Amino acid sequence: MSLSVLAVFPHPDDETFGTAGTLIKHADKGDKVTLVCATMGQMGRRMGNPFFANRETLPKVREEELRDAAAQIGIDRLILWNMQDKTLQFRCTQYLADRILDVIQDVRPDVLYTFYPEHGVHPDHDALSKAAALAVSKLPTDSRPKIYGAAITSDREEKLGLPHKVIDVSDVLDRKMDAMRAHRSQSELITIPLENRIKETPELKNQILDPFRTERYWVYNVSHMTQ
Amino acid sequence: MLPIDTRSIQQEINKYIGKDIYLHMETSTGSYVRVQDPDTLPACAYIRNGLINFSEGKIVKNEAWYSVGLKIDNGWVYTEGLTDWEVTEEGQLLLAGHDKEGNLKIGLQLSEKPFNCGA
Repeated sequence: MSLSVLAVFPHPDDETFGTAGTLIKHADKGDKVTLVCATMGQMGRRMGNPFFANRETLPKVREEELRDAAAQIGIDRLILWNMQDKTLQFRCTQYLADRILDVIQDVRPDVLYTFYPEHGVHPDHDALSKAAALAVSKLPTDSRPKIYGAAITSDREEKLGLPHKVIDVSDVLDRKMDAMRAHRSQSELITIPLENRIKETPELKNQILDPFRTERYWVYNVSHMTQ
Repeated sequence: MLPIDTRSIQQEINKYIGKDIYLHMETSTGSYVRVQDPDTLPACAYIRNGLINFSEGKIVKNEAWYSVGLKIDNGWVYTEGLTDWEVTEEGQLLLAGHDKEGNLKIGLQLSEKPFNCGA
């Protein structure tokens, strides 16, 4: 049976760096994957290496990169809100939650991927994941999607314990790397040195790509938000 | 963008003197600095579409970078660390400072019309 999968992230590339392998596997199984991308990452500092974008061209560049990555991943539907980068933490959580709830009522997800609240490192990550959790808490218990949170803080295991879901994405790693390369303005700093290392020492390719092979999630329980 | 050319930029700055114009200004360490070093403070600031009017404006060469100062009605706009510039098709003046990995570290932009901005 195919699932409805919803991913909710603030910036173009958030869906790829942490979760592309997982989303590719869903798409390969025939699951319907919807991505909400709340901002265009308009204020990103990375402009490519060497830089090829500027502050005014960056939103368009990143939108095209996102469309390209979404095609590599197999995302069925892309929902772009075009909110201003870095400002989500200043918006009313309820407003963000209501917008997410509209999408939830439309796509009826079985699972929802986002950052793990308070473990997203970036203020936009934490603001949107908190709103996603609030949106889910408004639903009747039996129609709540399971929330898989990507925790990226260095103390994640200390605070949250071991991940609840560990996905080996080795079998789709080439496509995950393609999705990363699609986000060229943001990823060249990472992908070009990686490719150079692989070119120099092809026998170490598996080892060099190891950090990208595993994706980890912690289930976020919203029951405390409903009281 | 191209490496800074002070004479052309000074001419561009002069075009804005005495007009109500829109300022974009930013600087940032990036919000992820704590991933590498938990003791580092992320320090990021931007103002987009601040309305200003300046009576004097000048670009000055420092060591390997440039600074711009704009004397506004009740104070100053100050930016140091600029390396590259561009005038867009709409005539907006973009100045930016990039590090050796191409990251934008500082920006100063002037426009007669508001810059595009997310909701």
